[in-house]
Amino acid sequence: MTPEINRPLPRSWWLRKPAYFKFMIREMTSVAVLAYSLLIIWALWAAADAQSFSTFYDFLRSPLSIGLHAVVFGLAFYHTITWIALTPKVMVEWRGDERVDPDLIAWNIWLVFVLVTVIVLVLVLA
Amino acid sequence: MSSRPSKTAPLFWLLFSGGGTASALLLPAMLFITGVAVAAGWMSDDELLAFIKNPLTRLALVGLVFLFLFHWAHRFRYALVDLGLSRIGTQAWLFYGTALAGTIVAGLGALRL
Repeated sequence: MTPEINRPLPRSWWLRKPAYFKFMIREMTSVAVLAYSLLIIWALWAAADAQSFSTFYDFLRSPLSIGLHAVVFGLAFYHTITWIALTPKVMVEWRGDERVDPDLIAWNIWLVFVLVTVIVLVLVLA
Repeated sequence: MSSRPSKTAPLFWLLFSGGGTASALLLPAMLFITGVAVAAGWMSDDELLAFIKNPLTRLALVGLVFLFLFHWAHRFRYALVDLGLSRIGTQAWLFYGTALAGTIVAGLGALRL
């Protein structure tokens, strides 16, 4: 093996091209998913007594929380976009001999996304 | 990397994809609730507390924490490998163990209510 062939990739490879950068952001949306899981865990533990719940509720109303929510929303929505775009590539459907149009599958998932969002918001806020 | 096919890999991939779908469909709405509706005061503290205490909500939240954390564990550890941090990224137990621990903590919190 020549050193040229075995050359390790520099750590910064993902900063070289926009496509690589977008890939890394896409993978890092998982950190937003982790962050929201921690918020849910906090909510479940805080709900046990009035004092801790008041701390939790005050945090949600703080500028820090609103700022964090904005960042996490950006990542979460990027995850939604990329996940829906990828699903028809993973899930290939056939109708007889014809492949179902991947765009049609993606648009249907977007429709499901809109329905789920409306249902959750109505159930929780109405 | 082992050359033998792993028996657990399909399970973790399934959880990754289940958590990926659940978070893609639900997180924007959930973020709107905590980040806008609660922050703007449309949902009072009593309303939010009653919502969290509802047994169905608790069950759903623990289920979501389970899927979300395993989604993170799987995706994040492979991202670390891609970033050249394979020493950490290949410690599967560290990530799936964290996800399992987080699910247990969420479950205990929900049961305590």
